[in-house]
Amino acid sequence: MLGVLLALLATLLHAGLCLAGAPLLAGFVNQGRARLLGRRGPPLLQPYRDLARRLRKTALLPDTATECFPFWPLAACLALAVAVLLIPGFCTGLLTAPAADYVTIIGLFALARAATMLGGLETGAGFGGAGAARDALFGLFAEGALLVLLLAFALLAGTTNVDGIAVIFPAAHIGISVSLGFALAAMLAVALTESGRIPADNPAGHLELAMVHEAMLLEYSGRLLALAEYAAMLRLLAWMNLIGAIFLPFGMARAGALLSWPGGLLLWAGKLVLMAAALCLFEVSRAKMRVFRVPEFLGAALLLGMLASVFLFVAARIGP
Amino acid sequence: MSLTFSLAHLLGGVILLCGFLQLSQRRLAAMITLYQTEALVLAAAAFWQGYAQGAVDLYFTGLITLALKGVLLPWGLREIVLRFNMVRAVETALPMALSMILGLALIGIAVLVVLPTTASALSLTREDAAIALSVVLLGLLLMIVRRNALAQLIGFLSMENGLVLAAIGMPGMPFVAEFSVALLVLLAFLVVGVFLFRLREHFDTLDLSGLEEIERRGR
Repeated sequence: MLGVLLALLATLLHAGLCLAGAPLLAGFVNQGRARLLGRRGPPLLQPYRDLARRLRKTALLPDTATECFPFWPLAACLALAVAVLLIPGFCTGLLTAPAADYVTIIGLFALARAATMLGGLETGAGFGGAGAARDALFGLFAEGALLVLLLAFALLAGTTNVDGIAVIFPAAHIGISVSLGFALAAMLAVALTESGRIPADNPAGHLELAMVHEAMLLEYSGRLLALAEYAAMLRLLAWMNLIGAIFLPFGMARAGALLSWPGGLLLWAGKLVLMAAALCLFEVSRAKMRVFRVPEFLGAALLLGMLASVFLFVAARIGP
Repeated sequence: MSLTFSLAHLLGGVILLCGFLQLSQRRLAAMITLYQTEALVLAAAAFWQGYAQGAVDLYFTGLITLALKGVLLPWGLREIVLRFNMVRAVETALPMALSMILGLALIGIAVLVVLPTTASALSLTREDAAIALSVVLLGLLLMIVRRNALAQLIGFLSMENGLVLAAIGMPGMPFVAEFSVALLVLLAFLVVGVFLFRLREHFDTLDLSGLEEIERRGR
């Protein structure tokens, strides 16, 4: 009984922190990027102010759009919110843990992407369609790479549940495996592309021809735009949590043990700050790729994922 | 799994990753950076193996790798790139995706060949041998799929890194062998460097597809 109650509390805390903290993470990344580029950057709370301002404004509906137009940002936002709830953050053993299958999470990301793409196609404007086409092209390779990685994780951990992976990886003395290194490289490439960061898409860019994710939001305004931007922030947080849960699972608290929570929370915050700092550093030191180079970049990720499973598979079949 | 094994394994994995990523790079500058990273990690692996096996000569191998391949050769390669004005040169011989798929197949073959034939050996050396053979094969592949002479040279040097990786993983490899291989590579680099300059004097390019053309006309 107490265990369930604690799990419920942990789940609520996780949900509250993630849903409320996603804009803060985005603000932190923006601030870090600006600092590294020698600018002062917007204050940390600027994303909250932007969201609040957009919520006050009227949402304009284009004449050419169908009735579904306001629905797509909401669908994307909801799918990502569910993904954020499923992926373990500061502790394992949340109430949502049994549903946190790796394939489910990929599916939720795909759902959010499909909704965003349909939103971009909705008005029939050129840039939205171009952005959707590019996103579909990226998605084709990104999802392939993620599904190939599934094989490596399932072989290593014996489960495809992200919560289970986060429990098993630090405990099972897997050590520093070459396969995991390849999987990490592949996953980082996919994460950068999926969350619209620099090698694939410039989050700070305002040139319509080069946009991917932003281009699909061009026709949105007011609270619909706020929803779409909030979805992007949730996506960044979900990816960081996913990478943290699989590749940096040490020090995560157990939902059943109340005393391990403060340490878990602190470590979680530390990991997020570390990943955000690494992201900033990577972004300011790399140039954006041409759109048609991105499939090649993701193709490398796909092959790295395959390499990870090749090593595991062959070693498991032939090894002792 | 001990720390010795994990760390040696990880360093080998990074070297393999560098070798694999060299296939995906179009620009010579990126390939040289990857080669330099590969050599530096190789030096670290040699130091670690020297510490783990308690072998002093492996420290010398590490020092030679660090000085020669980590600093001197990349500097020379960059100098050649600058001198030949190839900073913006882009490779187009074979689609990158195809060469990467070939590379993946080669790694699979290397693992399949090495693991059964060394079934009696310790698991520490088995996977390391598989990684080393993969790096050698990837270097060979790089020499095949590229047309630019300098890219082929980088493939050759990368292949030699695989050999050294195999040598430091096996206890009891005499230092003389490694030393002579290192000297050989330096000599090969000098010879190829001179060859490159001659090549450019005659053909104004380092694209070796021109040579095939001449050969065909000669027949």
